[in-house]
Amino acid sequence: MSARDREVEHDTHLDLLSWLLRQMIRIRRFEEKCAELYSATKIRGFLHLCIGEEAVAVGVVGALDAHDAIVSTYREHGHALARGVPMESIMAEMFGRATGCSGGRGGSMHLFDASRRFYGGNAIVAGGLPVAVGLALADHLTGDKAVTACLFGDGAFAEGEFHESANLAALWHLPVLFCCENNRYAMGTALAREHAETDLTARAAAYGMVAWSVDGMDVLAVREATDRALAYVRSSGQPCFLELRTYRFRSHSMYDPDRYRDKAEIEHWKQSDPIPALASRLVSEGLMTAAEVEEWLAEIESEVATEIDEAVAVAEAAPLEPVEDLTRFVTTAAGDPVRRTS
Amino acid sequence: MTITDTPTASTPTNRRLTTSKAMVEAIAQEMDRDPSVVYLGEDVGAYGGIFSSTTGLLDRFGPTRIIDTPISETAFIGLGIGAAVEGMRPIVELMFADFMGVCLDQIYNHMAKIHFESGGNVAVPMVLTCAVGGGYSDGAQHSQCLWGTFAHLPGMKVVVPSNPADAKGLMTAAIRDDSPVVYMFHKGVMGLPWMAKNARSIGDVPDGEHVVPIGRAAVARAGTDVTIVTVSLSVHHALDVAEKLSGEGIDAEVIDLRSLVPLDREAILASVAKTGRLVVVDEDYLSFGMSGEVVATVVEHDPTVLKAPVQRVAVPDVPIPYAHVLEYAVLPRPERIEAAVRRVVAG
Repeated sequence: MSARDREVEHDTHLDLLSWLLRQMIRIRRFEEKCAELYSATKIRGFLHLCIGEEAVAVGVVGALDAHDAIVSTYREHGHALARGVPMESIMAEMFGRATGCSGGRGGSMHLFDASRRFYGGNAIVAGGLPVAVGLALADHLTGDKAVTACLFGDGAFAEGEFHESANLAALWHLPVLFCCENNRYAMGTALAREHAETDLTARAAAYGMVAWSVDGMDVLAVREATDRALAYVRSSGQPCFLELRTYRFRSHSMYDPDRYRDKAEIEHWKQSDPIPALASRLVSEGLMTAAEVEEWLAEIESEVATEIDEAVAVAEAAPLEPVEDLTRFVTTAAGDPVRRTS
Repeated sequence: MTITDTPTASTPTNRRLTTSKAMVEAIAQEMDRDPSVVYLGEDVGAYGGIFSSTTGLLDRFGPTRIIDTPISETAFIGLGIGAAVEGMRPIVELMFADFMGVCLDQIYNHMAKIHFESGGNVAVPMVLTCAVGGGYSDGAQHSQCLWGTFAHLPGMKVVVPSNPADAKGLMTAAIRDDSPVVYMFHKGVMGLPWMAKNARSIGDVPDGEHVVPIGRAAVARAGTDVTIVTVSLSVHHALDVAEKLSGEGIDAEVIDLRSLVPLDREAILASVAKTGRLVVVDEDYLSFGMSGEVVATVVEHDPTVLKAPVQRVAVPDVPIPYAHVLEYAVLPRPERIEAAVRRVVAG
């Protein structure tokens, strides 16, 4: 696979910046709509928003080739949208509809789209890590050049599943890009209260992996680090670890009263909001005037609002999976085609 | 229905193999047939599997297909899942079923669920093998069967061969199945030189391709007076008891379930409809397990077929003890099975 196979190619630096900005806005507005729909009880269960962390989703996922694989967490709406999973199919999944990307069986925490090599949507902290290393093992054994990107949080770093997976990936030289979204809290427990050594990069490096720490609020820094990491994994066949230092602006999930964080800390981090930061950069790099940026942002907002409205309308009108089909996919039935989201 | 009631591509021969050799033969044949089959586990390479589950395979297929892992059950079972999602057919060995405690998350939250929760986006065609069972004083953490626990959790098939031919046929079927299959082999039926001798751990095994369909029980011995439903090593004890009692005019039918998921309920119902008497023998714990499921299968269908109260012979709800006398007191040994059969026949 060459870089030409990347799902979204950018001819110019401005094209790249434009894509990054548009995707971050899509994710932000989509999740704001989800929060609204959750309050209206249209979306049920747990809902974990990545608002504030969009630079990681867009910067990492956008750098992958179409043939690379992704294994994600329960805070994965942004990863799925950045990957190109259609917003309609994600929203339909939130609504529990048959047309959802997981046929209404998964919900917010279990978005899957095999056609885009998006393998969940895993709701067990660190549970996706061994699976991701397994995808890489298969690719390694079959000579496939794909890289598997595995996204997980700082909380997962405290799980044995991370440490076993990191050891095996390094031991067997498997093409895994470990992407630790360090948002400083494992649910409500601050980093320093969960880790004796909070330098996660140093600890990952102890497994014999190249490990870098990146400003996860700077989408271009994330993108550049991911490009570099992917080039390293592809050329060396070795895993790589990225610590993406980020922050979620909202609570862990919709039920969380967020009592464990200082409001001033949240406000401080909001000064690094990746969306306005990138918009300013367009001006400071001389790519657009302030007026042009403003006009263009309004255009994007309008298009995104339309896309979201359509996704909600389509989801609301979509059929429910028949209860008669409840036992479908418990085990793999002969002749039952593997589902593909188009 | 017989133990080997399945079609085979070759002419049956009188070739006799141990259960472990029959199992290895199936793995080797499938690895020859399908390059996507690989085997991962602790000491499955140079060691050959501590219960001889992979003897000779490393020499034949090399270290890229017979893969020794660190003692990281969570990671290597998860690796099997990921590799299966990516299109391979991994066989992953959990050395003892007892060790499920360190890796259950990958087994029941991922291996068993992601096909469902993804709405069929991914399939997990993998086999998880593990050794089960006691009888050799290995204590509470190396002697359990636990098949009831696996069978309780939806999303995985569970097979438990009792003899060499089924060990081969069920392994072939498990490897070819597109769902995760848990393949549980009892140390006491493998024919290992360092275990207690079990005469039926060596038997005729069809040459060439041999498939036993998952979800179909076998009538290991036909009879008319009482049905003994069981699985794994207990099949042999039940057959011994049936032979002994036949001299007294008690004609017992022995049903070897072979698969717990899917469970061949029709085979159970057909036999009990004929005999009217039921003994369930289970080397797993008594409560909330296989024995209760078999009884419920009958009484939910038609309790009036029963001419006497059912009898269950299982491990009373205690951990497996070390001391030989204590261990034999909890295992479903032939004496306990015989007493249960006598009770149900007298009832």
